[in-house]
Amino acid sequence: MSDKIILTIDGQEIQAPQDSTIQQVLESINKPAPLICAHEATTPEGLCRQCVVEVEGWRVLAPSCVTKINEGMVIHTASERVIRSRRTILEMLNASVDLSEAPELQEQMDEFGADRERFPHAKTREQEVKDDNPFFVRDYEKCLMCWRCVQACGDDIQYTYSISVGGRGFESKISTFFDSPMPETSCVFCGNCVAVCPTNALKSKTEFFMEQGLDYDEIRREKRAEKKKMGGGK
Amino acid sequence: MQEETFKDYLGKIAPRGRTMLLPALLEAQSVFGYISKEIATEIGEALKVPFADISGVIEFYSMLFAEPTGETIIRVCTSPSCSARGGKDVHQQILTELDLLKDGATADGKYFVEHVQCLGLCDKAPSALVNEISLGEITSEKVFDPQDEVKTNIYAKDPVITKRIGKVDPYSLNDYLAQEGFLSFPNALQIGPEKMIECMADSGILGRGGASFPTKMKWEGAANAEGEQKYIVCNADEAEPGTFKDRIILENDPFTVLEGMLIGGYAIGASKGYIYVRGEYPKVQKTFQAAIETAREAGYLGENILGSDFDFDIELRSGAGAYICGEETALFESIEGKRGFPRLKPPFPTTHGLFQKPTVINNVETFANISLLFRIGVDAYRSYGTEKSSGPWLFSVSGDIAKPGIYEITSPTTLRELLEQAGGMRDEKNLQAILLGGAAGKFVHPDQLDVRLTQEDARAAGLTLGSGAVVVLSEDVNLKETLADLGHFFAHESCGKCYPCQLGTQRQAEILDRNLAGSPLNGDFSRLEDVGWTMTDASLCGLGQTAASAVLSAMEHFPEQFGAEK
Repeated sequence: MSDKIILTIDGQEIQAPQDSTIQQVLESINKPAPLICAHEATTPEGLCRQCVVEVEGWRVLAPSCVTKINEGMVIHTASERVIRSRRTILEMLNASVDLSEAPELQEQMDEFGADRERFPHAKTREQEVKDDNPFFVRDYEKCLMCWRCVQACGDDIQYTYSISVGGRGFESKISTFFDSPMPETSCVFCGNCVAVCPTNALKSKTEFFMEQGLDYDEIRREKRAEKKKMGGGK
Repeated sequence: MQEETFKDYLGKIAPRGRTMLLPALLEAQSVFGYISKEIATEIGEALKVPFADISGVIEFYSMLFAEPTGETIIRVCTSPSCSARGGKDVHQQILTELDLLKDGATADGKYFVEHVQCLGLCDKAPSALVNEISLGEITSEKVFDPQDEVKTNIYAKDPVITKRIGKVDPYSLNDYLAQEGFLSFPNALQIGPEKMIECMADSGILGRGGASFPTKMKWEGAANAEGEQKYIVCNADEAEPGTFKDRIILENDPFTVLEGMLIGGYAIGASKGYIYVRGEYPKVQKTFQAAIETAREAGYLGENILGSDFDFDIELRSGAGAYICGEETALFESIEGKRGFPRLKPPFPTTHGLFQKPTVINNVETFANISLLFRIGVDAYRSYGTEKSSGPWLFSVSGDIAKPGIYEITSPTTLRELLEQAGGMRDEKNLQAILLGGAAGKFVHPDQLDVRLTQEDARAAGLTLGSGAVVVLSEDVNLKETLADLGHFFAHESCGKCYPCQLGTQRQAEILDRNLAGSPLNGDFSRLEDVGWTMTDASLCGLGQTAASAVLSAMEHFPEQFGAEK
């Protein structure tokens, strides 16, 4: 069924099933490209470009997660262009977003020699935590716009469509209808968005309270009071 | 009253669903001055669009507002051509006169002022759009008493594409017919789709939207693609700073573009065409809508056109302020009622285009060339231009030049000769640089003027003609300011989808601002290089891939403009 084709990765000749993406082949030889936006539960959109590799003869770098392999492709996973892009993406991201609770990103910054202070005086996504429901908080200062929460809320998991990508360019953000608090949207508090968030921008209320030093009884009281305020329906 | 009329309108469009989202939002914006939560709710319910998505769409397009604006909306252009000719000063004067500290509405709700990116009036810089009236050579007086009087000059030794301009009434089908109009489509009918595509291949015609992609490849791909429903789309989202040729064609000779679309529809087997006109071109929209209706009445659109078994109709869609929607797949998303995010490619539009159906999307000038080709034939068409850049080519010339306007070139011409045709430098100033190909193009050094304006020569010189924008910058222009303007342009227009562009355009603008302010940081040169090459190499679409093109070329030719140590 699946015909094999031959390609070259970092000088090594590889046989791989025809319909594979570059990333699938890289995984099969234990050399996966680094990923930021991808998640097994959500549709790849090729947003972060962290998985780019250099394909000989191509004008631009190819995102491994969504690029299908071709016969005779010659791929370089650690060329100067690849490393520069990966390092710079991390440096630009770290200048904009609070990645302190994203251990995988911290590891990548070490791996690619990213200078955490590369862009001084850069505009950041600094903003107040949105705390408007008993189940989770939204700390968008930590949001790196991977879209996973929007995808989980929509076609990939829940079909609820409470959130969308808003704004544009650097000012992009995850937003609700006219910025409504979550309880006023179609949200059913399924928690799928929290589960797929890579940076703790979405955090369960219990975890949020624990970080503030509340004990079990205090957390229970707080959450009960908030649920009462919300009207109990949900 | 208004409320009721709007409800009727929504009722009428509701069966078409989400594709009507942008038209509905634009209608609401025009009727109510902004889109309130209540109106957005009604729209969402009527078109069955999730509410959160409606906010997402409103926030994406800069001509849509969720807050009240003003009775008169004044949009002042501050992109490079206008900025170089005082656009920012006039913008400031207008704010001062209206007692505004920054862009926004006056307290009495009479005026709303904002500075915007290119309005396609570059030859009349500085320019503004006051409600639906385009203004050139603006002063603050002109803006408060707007008169529709912009008239672009057309220069052609041997007018071919531009030959009807100024000689026909754009609203008159009879004028068009009297000037060899609707001669091409009957020729196409006669030879049939297969021969038509051969003809396209033989003509060597290249797309005029900026990428110079062989048009025949698109047509062939879509003609061979499986599927009953196919589409022809005309990309009239001209927004590349310094480019205004598509506006000129559409305002003056709309039927030629309409006929080109008709020919394309017949070649690939499409029964429906869309033309997507940028929101900043209200006059184009009005002219082309009239052309559609006139053509329909005369039987050039509709069923069994000219007695054939071919049915075809065209729908006009308005953009709403988003440069990215000139990217073909972003344009499809926009027609589908979504944020204008470019799609991953493959799959390509020829098999998965508008509504995921096989689609050919070509630029306005390309369709005008198609009309021409099927009227005069391959040999005559090839008598213009060169072997590899066949046919006539339009250039939009603006900036510090004596005779700004549209230049039609039918035989090989160097950049130096073009500048001479255009009367040389304005006020006999010295040339500092030319921005060739618009914001997505590159700076040309005065040493490079002998390059011929063909695809092959430009490429060999490491340049790009892009959409044919030639922005002439004299010694008086502060190049650092031009660079900062370009930085702001891309930061404003990045859609935000992929990280290199979303973050890179912002970082690039910050560094260029510091450079302009005379306070660069050590290492800014290499920061700009890393940001620039990362955007060029790793971005998802053409916007990000060219967002650093001009800056990187300036770093090569004018390193002294970047003060900091490496």
